[in-house]
Order: sequence, then structure tokens, then C-alpha cells
Amino acid sequence: MFLQFIRLEWKAFVRSQAFGTNLGIKIFLGLVAVIYSLMFLAGSATGYYIIQKELHQDPLVVVSKYLIYYFLVDLVIKSLLQKLPVINIRPLLTLPIKRSTIVNFALGKSLISFFNIIHVFSIVPFSVVLLKEGYDPAGVLLWWAGMWLLVYVNNMLNVLMSDNDFVFVIFLGILGLFGGLQYYSYFDVTLVTGVFFHGIYTTYYLVLVPVVLFAALWWFAHKFFSKKMYLDTGLKGKHQQAQTQDFAWLNRFGTMSPFLKNDLKLILRNKRSKTTVVMSVIFIFYGMLFYTGMLEVYEGAGWQVFASIFVSGGFLFTFGQFVPSWDSAYYPLMMSQNITYRDYLASKWWLMVIATAVSAVICSFYLYFGWHVYLMILSGAVFNIGVNSLLVLFGGAFVKTPIDLTSGKQAFGNKQAFNIKTMLLSLPKMLGPIALYLLGATFINETAGYLFVTAAGLLGLAFRNVAFRAIERIYKAEKYSTIAAYKQKG
Amino acid sequence: MIEINSLRKTYNGVTVLNINHLEIKQGESFGLVGNNGAGKTTLFSLLLDLIEPSNGSVKLKGVQVNISEDWKPFTAAFLDETFLIGYLTAEEYFYFIGELRGQNKATVDALVSRYSDFFNDEILGKKKYLRDLSKGNQKKVGIIATLIGNPELIILDEPFANLDPTTQFRLKKIIRELADDKNVTILVSSHDLAHTTEVSDRIVAMHKGEVVKDIYTSAETLKELEEFFAV
Repeated sequence: MFLQFIRLEWKAFVRSQAFGTNLGIKIFLGLVAVIYSLMFLAGSATGYYIIQKELHQDPLVVVSKYLIYYFLVDLVIKSLLQKLPVINIRPLLTLPIKRSTIVNFALGKSLISFFNIIHVFSIVPFSVVLLKEGYDPAGVLLWWAGMWLLVYVNNMLNVLMSDNDFVFVIFLGILGLFGGLQYYSYFDVTLVTGVFFHGIYTTYYLVLVPVVLFAALWWFAHKFFSKKMYLDTGLKGKHQQAQTQDFAWLNRFGTMSPFLKNDLKLILRNKRSKTTVVMSVIFIFYGMLFYTGMLEVYEGAGWQVFASIFVSGGFLFTFGQFVPSWDSAYYPLMMSQNITYRDYLASKWWLMVIATAVSAVICSFYLYFGWHVYLMILSGAVFNIGVNSLLVLFGGAFVKTPIDLTSGKQAFGNKQAFNIKTMLLSLPKMLGPIALYLLGATFINETAGYLFVTAAGLLGLAFRNVAFRAIERIYKAEKYSTIAAYKQKG
Repeated sequence: MIEINSLRKTYNGVTVLNINHLEIKQGESFGLVGNNGAGKTTLFSLLLDLIEPSNGSVKLKGVQVNISEDWKPFTAAFLDETFLIGYLTAEEYFYFIGELRGQNKATVDALVSRYSDFFNDEILGKKKYLRDLSKGNQKKVGIIATLIGNPELIILDEPFANLDPTTQFRLKKIIRELADDKNVTILVSSHDLAHTTEVSDRIVAMHKGEVVKDIYTSAETLKELEEFFAV
């Protein structure tokens, strides 16, 4: 039976319209994964000796001590990036397949995610070094198994809580809380957890804790999803009380106002798009990492410019990246209604510009860290408005993945609220201003760096109409294939 | 109103639509019948420039659809649920279409209220988003939305499918009224021969992408069509 499922999955992957781009991105992701794996591998294998040499302590004790943070970070990353396995459940319900088999397959599939496999490269080499250094083999084996199970425990936690889009905030909060308490030496959580993680090696019975945890979570998830596998419960999604809203204040935007109103409703009424707002708020505070001098690595000017683009551009990146996919469900309507491409694109552009401007104003609290910080943010905002908004629209013409707006409502829905693809596509838009800034800063001075970035933004604004015409042409050329791609769901 | 010349659509070497010449005059009520795969939806999609013709042209009021966008102001269509915006309420959807067509709220309200019996109290003021309505009710919303803003050309794909018998009667009445208006050209496709002959002045039957019959409706039309399709 599982073999059948696997065959279905394979077909779904190979036959999807977006296969070409999917494959390209998968290859790219594969490369990134290989690089990271090698880094992990080297890090964990040499880590042992570094700790031994620098700290003169038992590396296993040191590692065990800080493992709690490792797993917390893993949880945050998983809840942010890991997509839940999608398996098309409805058609299977009436076929002679046990419900329990379907659920087991879906849960099992989540275990072979990249986000779990990556730990092979940190846990296994470290364990091998431990064996080589003469640690008790049985203990190492148990420790290894315990770590592995805890990775899966994290996986199950993420699967169970995936219904909630903001769960990563909670994990992030816990991480911050423990980190803060330890940093200011109020309470050291590692004193407790370190003993436990090390105990898995020293005692032969503590490994039972992850075993039991994992088994219990699996059992619970199984029960949870089995119960939800009815058309009128988990697979249906909740019906909200709808309210007719007017947003008359947007009427001043003339021919664009219907679109702006519509986009506002789109953002407010769909889970998937709501997360973009949350993300943009988070991005506003993202700069704290860079400007406060909290982390030394981020004190370089390049990094700070990088942050200044992100700080005001959170919405632009998370929302703009998927124009016009947000309208994928009713794209044929948009294409046959009394709408010109120009109005359509202009309304999306204005939405991004307004959001960027608002973010830049909110960011004024960064003035606390000095004028130059805020100037940097402002020049970043100008660059976002002038150049990145156009780049985002341009890229959108080629992103032909339909978005299921209602996803995230269902336990097994397609979760792509914020995925790795979005981030990868954003990279070039950051490197441009960094290069411009460095050009100015190295050859003249810092102010020239800001001016270069700002000037590029203003230049983009000046040529907006030219760029719009070009983008419009591309959208028109891509129109038919976009409609065809949006036709297929999932 | 509509002029089609040597229109052909080919997918991977298979021709799914091939119409040498077809002209539909302003004010005509035009019915399109045919089996599955006859090319009805393909033809409508070509009329709306949703798919690219492999060859030939479609002109609406002299505007070639894949070159200029000027046909959009006088054309309204409902092909399937991709013409609905799921996260809007029915009222909001009507207002949205109305705004695109330069109609104010009062005009939209007046038009929609004229069709309140068509909605059968299941749609207006129900505090439901379109995505939460049943298929039949979604269809009703889509059909009425095409009437907003006095379009001169209305295209409906399979409007009778999924509707309950009472609503089918009401819809036939609505289409007949529109057909009597000599400014409105209305195109309707259907599997149901009886419905089509009732609402259309002219019926074109398609088979495997080609026009096989083109008749003006008379008392014998239904019989003629039934004989044709009874294979």
C-alpha cells in the first residue's frame, strides 16, 4: 500500500506544471543543502577537538549542555520553513484503504524531510569521533539514538502545531527567554538539560525519555489526524462569519481603488496572505540584530545595508514576490474583466510602496541608534520603492505557482506561507544595494554610499513608466501560460 | 458583433478547434451545443483571449482580441468558478465588478435586487464568503454578475449545469429577456438540447472542434438536434 502512495507522490511531482521550475529550484536547493551539509560535517567532526583544545573540558558534556538551544533553534526553523507533506486525501477516503494507513504514510513522509536529514551531518560525525576517542560504544549508540529521536520529536511537534501560523513566535519566545535568562545569569536552563542530555550517554535508561516522547507524539498525532479525516471536520476548513466591508477611504485612488480594496480584503481574509503582514512586522525589528551591536559578525557595513533593505521591505518581499499568484484562483476573471494590465500592476505597485513607506516611518525608532542608522534605512526604503518594487513585479511574471489562499486552514493543507524559495529569490535584490553602498563607501565615504543607494532608487522611480511598459509587455507575453499554470491546483 | 476567421487551436499536433468562418450578429441569442470535447469551452476561451489561437483571429466588434484590450469594456463572461473571488461576499463581488464597469453602488443594488427571486434568499445578506457557498449558489452569483454594467456581449458556459429545476426555469426567463433586448448579444453553451433551443434564436452544433450544424431555431429544431446527437 505504501508503495502505491509513493508512486502517487512521484507522479504528482513529475507531472505538475511547475515541474521545470520545481526541478531547477530543487537542484539549487540541493546544492545549498550539500554545502550546508559539508559545513555541518566539518564543524561537528572538528568541533570535538576544538572544544577539547580550547576549553579543556569533556566535549560531550559541553555539547550536551548547549543541546537545548540546538533543538530550540531547530524547532523555530522547522516551524518557519518546513512544509508539511501534502498527500491528496479526499480521493483516498472512499477507496479500500485503512484511514490509519493514510495517516501513517503522511506522518512517515514528514520524517524524511530535509530538515530532519540535515542532522545526520551533525550527529553522526560527532558520534563517530566519540567512538574513535574511546567513549563507551553502547552509551554513544544510545546517545546517538536519543538525539535522533529528539529531532523526530521536534518534527512531530511541528506537524501537530502546524495548524497555527504563529507557533514559531512561541518557540522563538522560549528560545529568547532561556537565552536572556542565561545571559543575564538569572537562571541557567542548561544546568538541567545538560545533565539530561549527558545522562542519555551515561545511564542506559534515560534514552527511554525520547523514545516514549516520540511514541506518544506519534500516537497522539495519529489520533488527532485520524479524527480530522472527515469531509466535514479536518478536511473542510472553518466557515467564517463574513462581513461586507467597504473601505471607502480608498476611493481617492481612482481607477485603482477597486483593486486596492480587493487586495486589502485578500490580505485580511486569507490565512496565507495574513502571514505576510506578520512577516513584515518581524522584519521591521530584524534590524535590531544588526544595529545594536548584539552580534559582532553583523557589524560590517555590508551587513547593515543588507538589514536596511529588509527592515522596510518585509512586505514588499513577502507579498510582492507572489504577485500575480495571489490572484491565481480567479486569474481568468481578471484577464477578461474591464481591467487593463497597467491599472492592475500599478495597484500592486502602490500597495507595496505604501507598505514600504509606512514601514520606513515606523522604523524611525531606529533613530535611537544614531542618525546614520536611520539614514541607511531611509536610503534602503528609497531603493525598495524605486528599484525592488519593479524587480519584484518583474520576477512575478515568471512565478507561476498557483496559491491556494485557503491553505493553512487544513491539517494536511499545502503549507507554503513562508518558504525557502521566497528567500532565495530575494537575494539578488539585497546584493545590489550592498554593492552600490560599498562602491561609494570604499572610494569616497559613507555618505556617498547612502547617496548611491538612494540615487539608484530615485533613478528607478524616474524610469518607472518605462519599466512598467516593459513589465506589462512581459505579463502580456506570459499571459496564456500563466492562465494555464494557475488552472492546475496543488 | 463576433467575427471568427480560420480559427484553429492545436495542442501537440491535435486540432481541438477548427472554425473556418463564423459570424454572430448583434442582438443574436446564440446557443452552442455539443458533446464533451466538442470544443465549446475552447471556443469561449478563445473569444475571451484566455488561450492563444494557433491560427486565425477572433474579432469582437471589430477589435481583434489578442491584439487590443478594447473588447473588455463591453464584454462580460462567466465560464467557471475561476471567475469568482472566493474571499468576497456576494455583495462585495457585485460591487467590485460594478466598480470595474463604472457603476455606482446604487445602480448595482438596483440591478441585483431585480434578481432577488433568482437567488432564492440563499445568497444576499447571508454573511458568507463566496468560497463557502454551494456550487449552484456560486454559479448564480457568477451569472448575475455578468449582467452588471449593461454589457453588449454576454458569454455563459454551461449556465444550466448544477442548478436546481426551479432556478433553471428562472434562468431561462432571464436569458429570454436578454435575448429580446436587441443591443445584447448572448452566447450560451449547454449539453442540454431542450434548454438551448428554448433560449436561443440560433443554434450551432459542434463536433470534434468543427461546426457541424448552424440553424435558426424553429419548431423542428429540437427534433433535428436530437436526431443528430442520437447515435
